[in-house]
Parts: sequence; C-alpha cells; structure tokens
Amino acid sequence: MTYDAVIVGAGHNGLVTACYLARAGMKVCVVEKNDWIGGAAVSRELYPGFTYSNCSYVSSLFRPEIMRDLELSKHGLQILPYEGGAVFQQGGGYLGMFRDHDANRREFARHSRRDAEAYDIYARDILRFCRFIRPMLMRTPPDPSSFRPRDLAELMWLARQMGALSEGQRAEMVRFWTMSISDYLDEYFESPVIKGYLAVSAIIGTALGPMSPGSAYVLLHHYMGDVDGNVGAWGFARGGMGAITRALTASLQAAGGEVRTGSGVDRIAVRDGRATGVVLANGDEIAGRRVISNMDVKRTFLKHVEEKELPGDFVRRVKAFKIRGSSGKLNIALDAAPVFPALPEGAPMIRGDLHFTDSIERMERGYDDWKAGHYSRDPFQDVMIPTMIDPTMTPPGKHFMSCFVQYAPPKIEGRAWTDADRDGFRDTCLNQIESYSPGFKDRVLHVEVRTPRELEAEVGLTEGNIFQGELTFDQLLFNRPVPGYAQYRSPIRDLWMCGSSTHPGGGVMGAPGRNAAAEVLREAKLKPTMSDAYAVL
Amino acid sequence: MTNLTHFRTPLRHTPFHPRTASANRLNRWGPWAGCMTSLCYGDVDMEYTAIRNAASVYDLCPMVKYRVTGPDAADYLNRLMIRNAAKLPVGGVHYTAWCDDDGKLLDDGTLFRHGPEDYLICCQERHLPWLLDSAQGFDVQVAEITEEIAALSLQGPCSASVLAAAGLDVSALKPFRMARFPFAGGEITISRTGFTGDLGYELWMTPDQALPFWDHLFAAGAPWGIRPIGTDALDLARIEAGFIITNMDFVPAHQALREDRPRSPLEMGLGWMIDWEKGNFTGRRALLAEKAQGSEWALVGLDVPGNVSAEGSILYHDKKHEAGFVTAAAWSPALKASVAIAQVKARHAGGDNLWVEIYALRELQYVKLMLPVRVVERPFYNPARRRAMPPERV
Repeated sequence: MTYDAVIVGAGHNGLVTACYLARAGMKVCVVEKNDWIGGAAVSRELYPGFTYSNCSYVSSLFRPEIMRDLELSKHGLQILPYEGGAVFQQGGGYLGMFRDHDANRREFARHSRRDAEAYDIYARDILRFCRFIRPMLMRTPPDPSSFRPRDLAELMWLARQMGALSEGQRAEMVRFWTMSISDYLDEYFESPVIKGYLAVSAIIGTALGPMSPGSAYVLLHHYMGDVDGNVGAWGFARGGMGAITRALTASLQAAGGEVRTGSGVDRIAVRDGRATGVVLANGDEIAGRRVISNMDVKRTFLKHVEEKELPGDFVRRVKAFKIRGSSGKLNIALDAAPVFPALPEGAPMIRGDLHFTDSIERMERGYDDWKAGHYSRDPFQDVMIPTMIDPTMTPPGKHFMSCFVQYAPPKIEGRAWTDADRDGFRDTCLNQIESYSPGFKDRVLHVEVRTPRELEAEVGLTEGNIFQGELTFDQLLFNRPVPGYAQYRSPIRDLWMCGSSTHPGGGVMGAPGRNAAAEVLREAKLKPTMSDAYAVL
Repeated sequence: MTNLTHFRTPLRHTPFHPRTASANRLNRWGPWAGCMTSLCYGDVDMEYTAIRNAASVYDLCPMVKYRVTGPDAADYLNRLMIRNAAKLPVGGVHYTAWCDDDGKLLDDGTLFRHGPEDYLICCQERHLPWLLDSAQGFDVQVAEITEEIAALSLQGPCSASVLAAAGLDVSALKPFRMARFPFAGGEITISRTGFTGDLGYELWMTPDQALPFWDHLFAAGAPWGIRPIGTDALDLARIEAGFIITNMDFVPAHQALREDRPRSPLEMGLGWMIDWEKGNFTGRRALLAEKAQGSEWALVGLDVPGNVSAEGSILYHDKKHEAGFVTAAAWSPALKASVAIAQVKARHAGGDNLWVEIYALRELQYVKLMLPVRVVERPFYNPARRRAMPPERV
C-alpha cells in the first residue's frame, strides 16, 4: 500500500505533523529507528521503578493550541508548573527565585535593592519582545524573494507588525536581537549573581557564551512560552517528557495513524525528482505520496538523500548550517532527596531549577573550555528534581534528578569522545553537585550520561545540538534552515521538513510540526485541521 | 452583661482554623456560610496542581448539615427531594436536589445514608424552616448539626495512597460509598465523594478529632506533596468537572427577589435525578407540566475559542439577540481550553450560531471579543481515575 505521508522520526514534531494530517483523513505512517518513540521528548525506565526525562526535561514552549487541537489532555497529558529556583553562590550563599512577585522582589533586594526594582522593568521589556514574536510562531515564514501573493501578503503582515512599534521600540528590538545577554543585562542589573541567574536562558542549548553577540535572542526563545498564561513560566510533563510523545502517539492512533518503531530510514527514495517513500535499514520499503522528515536538515539531506538529487547550492548551504553541539546531560536516580545546606528549611526552591554558576564571568569561562575543544571544567548545570512535584516518576521518597550540562563540545580536541572522556565529564558534574550538597553522591543509584556523542548516536541530533540547529539570527525565520527553503519544502518534490531545523526552531514547541502540516494540507487542497494561533491581546 | 462577642468575630472559625491560619501565607480569607475560609493559601496554580497531580486538602466544615432520623426518614426525604432516597443503600451517598411547589430549585447537595432511619443532608444554603415544615405528618426528627461535624475533602490522584500511608485502607471503597475507619481510639467516616471530578475522598469526624487528624494526614501525605487548597483552586477544578454551585450557577427559589430568576432541575440539567415513579414529591406537579410543555431555560457546557476566560459574559444568537449568560468560566489547565457553564434560553441549547461577547480587561482597558462557541458535554474533564476500582495508587 502507499501512504499519503511517511514521516521520518517519532519525535514530538513528527508526531504533531502526523496527527494533523491523520485528522485531515490522510493515511500516515511514522517510522522510528529506536525501539521506543519520543525523539528528544522521551521517558525511559533505565533503573527499575524510575522514569526518566532522558533528553528535554521541562515544558513551556509546547503550544497550547496544539494540545487542544489534538486533545492531548484526553490522551493523558498533564503539564505541572514548578516553583522558582535558586543559584548557589560560592561561599555558602544563594539567590532564590519565587513565583510570588513580592517574595521574589524581597529576595532580589537581599542582593541589590536597585536590581530588585529593576527586575520589573526588565520583565516588562522582555514581555514586549515576547508579544512581538509570539504571533510569528504559528505562521509559515514568507519568502522575501518571491512575488507570489501569499508571500507578499505575509511580508506585508510582517511589515505591519514592525510598523505597529514605536521607532524607539524598533531600535530596541534590533539591538536586542543582535546583543550579547551579558551586555543586555548590564543595562539593567548590577548584582553578579542576579545576572548569572538571568543569563541562563540565553545559553541553554547554544554554542554561544553569555558574552557572544546574538545570545540575547536565545533568552527570548526560552521566555516566549507559557504555562496556562504565565508567560515565561516552565513546567514538567507529568510522568516525564515522554508523556508528551505518548499522548501524541495515542492521539495519532485514535485518528487512524500508525507508528513503526525499531528500524530507521536508510534512504529516502527519490524517482524523477520526487520523493516516493523510504527504504528502512532493515530493508523494508514503505511507499508514500510524500515523505516528511523530522530529522534535522543535515541528517536528512547529507545522510539519507543522494547528493545527486539535490542542487549544489542547497547542499553547500546545508553543509554550512550551524548545528554545533554545546550540551550534555546527566539523568540520575536518587535513593533520597539531596540536601542543600545553603537553603532554608522548607524552602520551595528545591522544587525548581537549581544552578551553581553565580556569575556571567564563570559561565563565560565554561564556554572558553568549549572553544578549546573540551567540556567545561567548571560547568553550568541546570539541575531539576521533577519528582519533588511529580509523584509518578519514582517510588515515594525516591527521586529523579535531571542535570542539563553546558558546555560539552561535539568533539574533544578534534577527536571523537571516548568512554573515558564521558566518565570524566560525569565525574566533573557529580563533584560539582556534591560540593553544594554533601552526601549527594552516596544517594546516587544510577546515572545515565549523555554527551553530544550519545545524543547524536541515539536521538539522531547532528553534533548533539538540541535545537536541530543554532538559534542565531542568521538561521531564523525565512533563513531557517536555509534561505529559499523556509516553507517546510525541500528541493525535492514531495520531500518535506517538519523538525526543529525549520521555523520557529527548537524546544519542545510543536510549532514546526504544526506549520509543516498546515503547508502539506494547503498544497494537498485539504481543509486545515489546526486552529489559528491565539490572539495576543 | 453577657460575654457574647459575635459582633467582634462575625465569621466562625472552623475546627481546623489553627492549621489553616498558619498555612495561609497571604491571609487571603473569604466568608462561606458564616465561616472564615481560605480563598488561597499562597499560590493558586500550585494548589490547583495538587488537585490534579498529587493530593489536596480543603476544609469542608462550613457545609450546612442536617441530620434526619426516625422511622419515616426515607419517606420524608422522598417527599422532600427529587431523587429516590429509599433506594439509597445504607453506606451509600448520592447527589440530589430539592424544589418548592413550583418545581424551582431550593438547593442541591449530597445525601448520606448512615442507617435505615438515619440520613445526613449536606448542602450549601440554610433550610431549617422548610425542612421542619415539610416534616409535618412524618415520624422524623430534623436537626441542624453543622457545627457538630468537622470535615476535610482530600482530592487528587494520590489521595488513596496518602490514606493508605495514614493507615486508612480505602481500596475497597467504591465511588459514592462510605465506611467507618478507626482513628486514634475513635472512628472517622470516609466517603469516596468530592467536588473536583478527580479521585478523592471526604473525611468526616468530630471537632475534637480535627487537629490530631489534620496533623496525622499531613505527616502521612508529605511524600506525595499533600497541600491545603483554598476556594479559588477548588472553583477551577469544579468548573473543569462541570459541577454547579447554588447561588453561583442558579439562584435558589427561597432567596430570589426577582420572580424570573428561579430555575427548575430540568432547566439546570438535573432532570436525570428525578424519580417520577416514586410517588408524590414537592414540585412534582409543576415539573410534570414543565416536562410536557418544555422548559424555558437550559444549562449548557461551552467550549470557547482562544485563551481568554468568558467569566460573566453574555451570549448572543447570531451576534445580535441575547440568548443567555455565562455563570462560570475558566481557562482549564487540565484541558488547555477555555470552558464555560452557561444558562441559555432552551431553544439555543443546541448551540447553533451561538456567540459570546467577552470583555477582556488589559491594562485598565477592555478588549471586546465576539467569539463563536460550541456546546460540549459536561464534565469537561473526566479522567478515568475518577471512578477506577481499585483506586489508583501512586
């Protein structure tokens, strides 16, 4: 049989695309190389009784319109907001972040009275940028070189968005998009630890340091989501991040779609310039009227399509696409909750994100190691214990700890990672936690260590880049992934892209998958199955 | 000189007040049935999340309670209420409602049958004169015992696990059943009931058991993140569950100033409870006539596009003609949808060409929205764990 669409990769975007197409009546099949579904929104039990969030570990960007359209609640998805966080300072102090505005202001005032009041102005300015960018997430970028009516209309729409801003705000926006987060925060704050905390969102998943130009935009990318209307807030998926892809799979199956696990795509079949299906690694051939790749743009076109089928200029640009890995991850099963003596008894921060990097300078030194081809010797870690809120991932009293670690390069001094490198990376991270939480290491039952090597081999992310390509200004909007191909299409007819390499980029957002489905349905002249993005009032 | 000081403390403190007061970080209180009630302990989002994710505790003491005893208790309640109280088995609980002679609602509530001749009515409003007057000719005693019972509602997917950790094995308790359990040399009653549409239990005790039980429950529930919740979080959960509240979704006939305000059980979506076969009951004749002629109003659940709550909004047919009004609405965190409960003129109950006009307040100015709504089933949120047997253990 011939499917209407074969989707390569059962990550969140591939599944989102599949769900929308299946709801339009298309016969769809998702193929996945691993024995499990999820891509980078995955939860596996690697220690008996403990569910992990093996890759992505928090949710905010996942569009509520998609959850509603695809009835993910009915299929078991619950997003749980979490409570603030803390940065531990060298020397025993800490900076806490609280959900309560007044508690937060008083906490900031312990470090700087000026910064405590500046925070409201900073938050207002960031929210203004969020209001500007949010309406763009669920639209196909226009092709600025095209004169087709739809592209012209979308360009006009973009121009109107810019035109609605004051001259001062337009200038601010352009400055913000191109600045380093370090320079940007210096305009508001004086406290090193407050700046250290706020800079975090600008480096996560990015091969930039906090002093690199362009890092400020990355911060916005992490702030533009929400949990039930709290813009910039983050939460956990109940049952681990795999709950998102489990719910998507259930929704897909309810709409008649299929998922085949256990064998990945060897190559995408192309005949007379059109994609006609896929050939799996196990030799199976699956015919499809169209093939939609959830793999990143490099993996799709440099590994699974024969180069002769592609225009040279396209191949050159895909090769130049920046997708440098910058992070790793430790997933830890704990026998008991860790104790952080710096925190007051009963403080809620333990239920939020915990950091040890108490200044931008320290963060930048971690990046210096990356540039030299080594993982950070004093890494930045985003430590979360979702089981402080989610009771379903471990037995009562036991905990799962997720440690996102930066920086970790795709190669160690130009050569491949070895197991010894991986162990050294692990010990560096565990020792850092131990130094703030004595006795921590004694509570460790199991550690899953993921360097860019494991992320590429297992999840399929080229160079271990979690966003399927860096979120720098040159690789956004109509330039994502490469100029001329930002509308989810490729140079090969009926071969489409739906992953985070496409607009609006990475994070567990689902918007690339939704937008790709919208384009496929438009071309197939089928009624859209997705609702419009919520209006920003 | 007497030592009465009601005028200094108009709102009664419930038996749990020492604990609820110390947990209420923001001192955010509201009056409920003459009691001081926590609206929010500190973070409404986290309190709501405890209901759907872990275990939440709500102080139920202000609920008005009447005990009905005597040989004619079942007959009396069958005359008084629309549902069949005789069919309720001992150890059972059911949701019910009662009307005046015009078939208009006086209240809804839960009826607990503790013995063949021993019932407890638990409701929102006060009805003693009506209950006593209705008892004429029946061999029953009706007593107002609100302050003799202390009660907590423990709701959430971990509630059975928490009770087990507290030494209370409720695994055999089916929805709408209750049983007695030993506690500290005495006994408490646990019913598998609640107002959240989730797995949950209500815990009934004497006021002197209140504080020791609270401490015991919170110690046992700590590994599951047990949390006291205020009325704001509960109201969100009850809207998701599609439940109505007297004086919020309808005006009880005994309080209505305007004669067009009272509603019948048929108009409020409670027709399924009426036992037409059980013999005469108050309001039966009027309800039969309404059934024959058709109701004027209907209660509907609405799915509202977008992410703005439709609280307090007016509904229109074809964007022009008033068709009804929203009585409760919220952005549902569980569903990731904007939902509403509304009264509409019965001819619009199908929802065809029905619109809601929302005034969304944004930085001191209203943004006006006119959105097409869709009539959907209630409950909006209905997880399988709500009724699962044995109850989910986490």
